[in-house]
Amino acid sequence: MAADLESNLARTKLLEFDPDAIEDARAFRDEVTLYLRPGHLIRACEFLRDEPGLRFRFLADLTALDLYPQEPRFEVVYHLLSLETAQRLRLKVRVGGENPRIPSAVPVWPAANAFEREVFDLFGIVFEGHPYLRRILMPEDWEGYPLRKDYPIEGYR
Amino acid sequence: MSVTLERIPGQEERLILSMGPQHPSTHGVLRLVLELDGETVVRAIYDIGYLHTGFEKSFESKTYTQCITLTDRMDYLAPLSNNLGFCLATEKLLDLEIPARAQWIRVLLTELTRIQSHLVWLGTHAIDLGAMSVFLYCFREREEILNIFEAVSGQRMMTSYFRVGGLALEPPLGWLKLVERFLKKFPARIEEYETLLTKNPIWLRRTQGVGYISPEDAVAFGVSGPSLRGSGIDWDIRKKQPYSSYEKFDFKVITRTECDVYGRYLARVEEMRESMRIVQQAMDGLPEGPVKSNAPHIVMPDRESMKTSIEALIYHFKIVTEGFHPPVGEVYQAIESPRGELGFYMVSDGSPKPFRCHVRAPSFANLQALPKMIEGRLIADVVACIGTIDIILGEVDR
Repeated sequence: MAADLESNLARTKLLEFDPDAIEDARAFRDEVTLYLRPGHLIRACEFLRDEPGLRFRFLADLTALDLYPQEPRFEVVYHLLSLETAQRLRLKVRVGGENPRIPSAVPVWPAANAFEREVFDLFGIVFEGHPYLRRILMPEDWEGYPLRKDYPIEGYR
Repeated sequence: MSVTLERIPGQEERLILSMGPQHPSTHGVLRLVLELDGETVVRAIYDIGYLHTGFEKSFESKTYTQCITLTDRMDYLAPLSNNLGFCLATEKLLDLEIPARAQWIRVLLTELTRIQSHLVWLGTHAIDLGAMSVFLYCFREREEILNIFEAVSGQRMMTSYFRVGGLALEPPLGWLKLVERFLKKFPARIEEYETLLTKNPIWLRRTQGVGYISPEDAVAFGVSGPSLRGSGIDWDIRKKQPYSSYEKFDFKVITRTECDVYGRYLARVEEMRESMRIVQQAMDGLPEGPVKSNAPHIVMPDRESMKTSIEALIYHFKIVTEGFHPPVGEVYQAIESPRGELGFYMVSDGSPKPFRCHVRAPSFANLQALPKMIEGRLIADVVACIGTIDIILGEVDR
């Protein structure tokens, strides 16, 4: 895996395609993380999926982080995998805590369906345009979002 | 939860059927909601969460070492694979080097895990489709592998044997004899299963052409592991992104182009043979040396050294009461579990407990392909399709 940001092909190509898409980029332990702007997310994802030489066709994982009490509070994390080049890439999108919303990635990767439902269920982040956004692991009438940091680990709320 | 299918106006005569969560062929507590037109499934959705335990929330309140015991309980048919994934992710976070002997024993044991997991899959899959004796034979062999696990870790199933920095302890003398005895017997046993199934006309009728999933769909739905390779895609993390010294082993990645239940059956049976070869190689070339890395602030000291060395005693106290502090950062480590890509996404804020640990469970993603497989097929095929994706609900629901 390309350890440093400068030589990362995905970053270079994405910058050429859409110079405003990337907000920030980091590398840690040979893994590259690109922070994308929410408005550019879906176009950038489609580009990363289809561009020859990248071909991130496989959405390995989609989850979220709660950085409470920091603001923007949430980060939605995408782990992409290219079966052709055996490269991985991490994308992140920052989402504010007040009414968290983000466009759904289901049109790009159908695999995102269950993962986004899980994030919605456990973090309360709404994925706009998701075909079936309902709780998946918790009971339908559950109150609160268990994986948020202000949700207690034990006892009554 | 409490998912249901809305009736389509004009199609009121169709039957909405709830299958599970208490159903012998749903491999745990999977619930399916099927819309049936006669015996044909028109629409299907799945309903999960009956086994949700909140592992990911629990991870955040436990030290890294304590978390290992939780990973056993997610995929309860492959506890060692889960241990390995968690340990590798933490070690990546710590940038910790693992001694060769520990790596090889890890490979050996995870391959045995793969065999025993596939045995349970084969047995239950066959019994779902009406082949009773295969189930009994598979569980007989599985018991021998569990005996090996018990010999090395003291536990048949919830092993917690891999620790951050190596293994919990050096395996007992003579444990390789058990492995050797198993390897000697097992090839004939696979032949036995194949005699019962591979050319059996009933088996062929029930599996061939059933549960078709095209390579494009498999990738789009995030299907991984033998289910992906059964659709003709040559992808195995052990080969493409080797971890724990898999690059030193000679084995084939089994792909089948049938894309159906039968193809995935052949892929898994063949995988057991390849796993056996890996186990044999690991046994023949097992390096000597320590099984824990030399990192006293992370790895628990030996009992003996604690009696003679004050430093060892202090480190022991620190690790038990406080844990160790990985640097701030985040890693994603994927391994090839028996079911596919098992990924651990670990975020550290520098404290001794994971800030966030997300598990990318292969069954969770593979399950998404199920409606695609069964829609338009007979209801009898539903059982074959559930069996073929080899889901473990403990891992799906976490």
